[in-house]
Amino acid sequence: MTALLHEKRVTTTQPVVTIENLNITYSTKRSRMTALDGINLNVEQGEFLSIAGPSGCGKSTLLKVVAGLTAATSGQAQLRGQQIKGPRRDIGYVFQRAALLEWRNVRGNILLQAEMRGMDKAKAARRADELIEMTGLGGFEKSFPHELSGGMQQRVSLCRALLHEPDVLLMDEPFGALDALTRERMNIELHRIWRETGTTVILVTHSVAEAVFLANRVVVMSARPGTILETLDVPLGSHRDYAATMEDPDFVRVSARVRELLGASHTAE
Amino acid sequence: MPSTVSDARAVSVQSERQSPDMDPRPRKNNFLAKWAAEFWRPVAFVFALVLLWWLVTAQKWVAPFILPSPQDTLRALSENGTYLAQHTGVTTLETVLGFVIAILLGELVAVLMVYSRSLEKTMYPIILFAQVIPKIAIAPLFVVWLGFGLEPKIWVAVLMAFFPIVVSGMAGLRSVDPEILELTSTMGANPFKTFLKVRLPASLPQLFSGLKVAATLAVTGAVVGEFVGANEGLGYVILQANGNIDTAMLFAALIIMSLLGILLFAIIQIAEWFLVPWQASRRTGGASTNG
Repeated sequence: MTALLHEKRVTTTQPVVTIENLNITYSTKRSRMTALDGINLNVEQGEFLSIAGPSGCGKSTLLKVVAGLTAATSGQAQLRGQQIKGPRRDIGYVFQRAALLEWRNVRGNILLQAEMRGMDKAKAARRADELIEMTGLGGFEKSFPHELSGGMQQRVSLCRALLHEPDVLLMDEPFGALDALTRERMNIELHRIWRETGTTVILVTHSVAEAVFLANRVVVMSARPGTILETLDVPLGSHRDYAATMEDPDFVRVSARVRELLGASHTAE
Repeated sequence: MPSTVSDARAVSVQSERQSPDMDPRPRKNNFLAKWAAEFWRPVAFVFALVLLWWLVTAQKWVAPFILPSPQDTLRALSENGTYLAQHTGVTTLETVLGFVIAILLGELVAVLMVYSRSLEKTMYPIILFAQVIPKIAIAPLFVVWLGFGLEPKIWVAVLMAFFPIVVSGMAGLRSVDPEILELTSTMGANPFKTFLKVRLPASLPQLFSGLKVAATLAVTGAVVGEFVGANEGLGYVILQANGNIDTAMLFAALIIMSLLGILLFAIIQIAEWFLVPWQASRRTGGASTNG
């Protein structure tokens, strides 16, 4: 598997994302609500990081901080050593819903990224073709979103997020709306795509199996206010076969620990 | 190992492809049959009404000056062809100009109010106030201000058509998925590009439902303007015919007026098919599962 789509794997020791002492508090007239409390986190180049946690623990907020869509109340968030101040162009975002434009076909939806950024047209078109091929969307280029299943729509959303070769791909429950079987298939594909592109990925998920199968490291968060309970290494290598991984002792051990932590945080609730 | 991955891929693509019978596009040879299936009911209903009308007048249950027969109405239409055509032209011009101005003004105001909260707070009550006043009561004022030419009729038409366009335009612009807007902000797009490529197209389905209401109101507006003070147009024809107790002519003018409204409505509908094809295909898809 030498077919790396882009050679962005610069060998620096500097993490792609650095988060130090991050706090986020929402204030209303009557009350203050702490969404994230004292988060410290580094994400390395080419790493796949999963964030698991109960609903409402601020996992999505953490992604929005990295994207520059939500501002930190206190603390630091940096992307490639730069302070994150406003919406960042060097990220790719995939939401739970595919959020496609219904008047554009598959290709048009993917190329929206290029049009908005003013990318070179020929280059963007070539890149779109590669991604369409890689994500198994070949033959569906001219289909419209309402003609596609949820899984296919999410593939389009993934292509759109990868078109500009972002420094980091942020995925917020991307497969949460899919049925279990489609979700498994999408996990297998995402693993392959991650290997082929070498992109740094931060994935927020409710599914323990998904979190552990895909990640190099799993961050487990507590219920509100969101804090990091534990960060677990997943010593599984970078070529993972789904069925074999499910029975791998390391997978079973890490999954059990993640479940335990999530369960503990539930009883504390 | 690579082969198992590509197998899984092929399988997943296959299973996620929708079955062909869910394809919403109608086949070409079905086109006429589809139209017939769609429109036989209204056509049959109108036919039945005309038949009833003919029966009532033929049996002389009602005096001709109260209800003219279909034949008399048809004769009034054909014998006064040039006269009616000339006045229809005037009303059409007023309606179309009023409608176009209402679209431009209405969409402009909708965009401004969606982008500026303070402007919305300032203008919306005034617009609502202008909508609540009966247009027929404003029409004489327009005549005083603008004279007896085309202008007052055009502006009554604008006033009538404006409100639904503003409301539907605003609702449409607000209907954009907020996640798409977050996405475009991470794409570094400027607000104008986002408006042109995301907000405006997303607003079209709602805007068009407002345009359809506005199109029929524009005709009413033009005629109301003519009632108040005019020496040409279908409103004037109606007043004249009324004065002469020429009910056949009155009916003829009424029929032309409703045809004008229907024609304008149809033009909007066709424009919608071209500009909002994704909406149209969805609707046909829904209809075919019902029928």
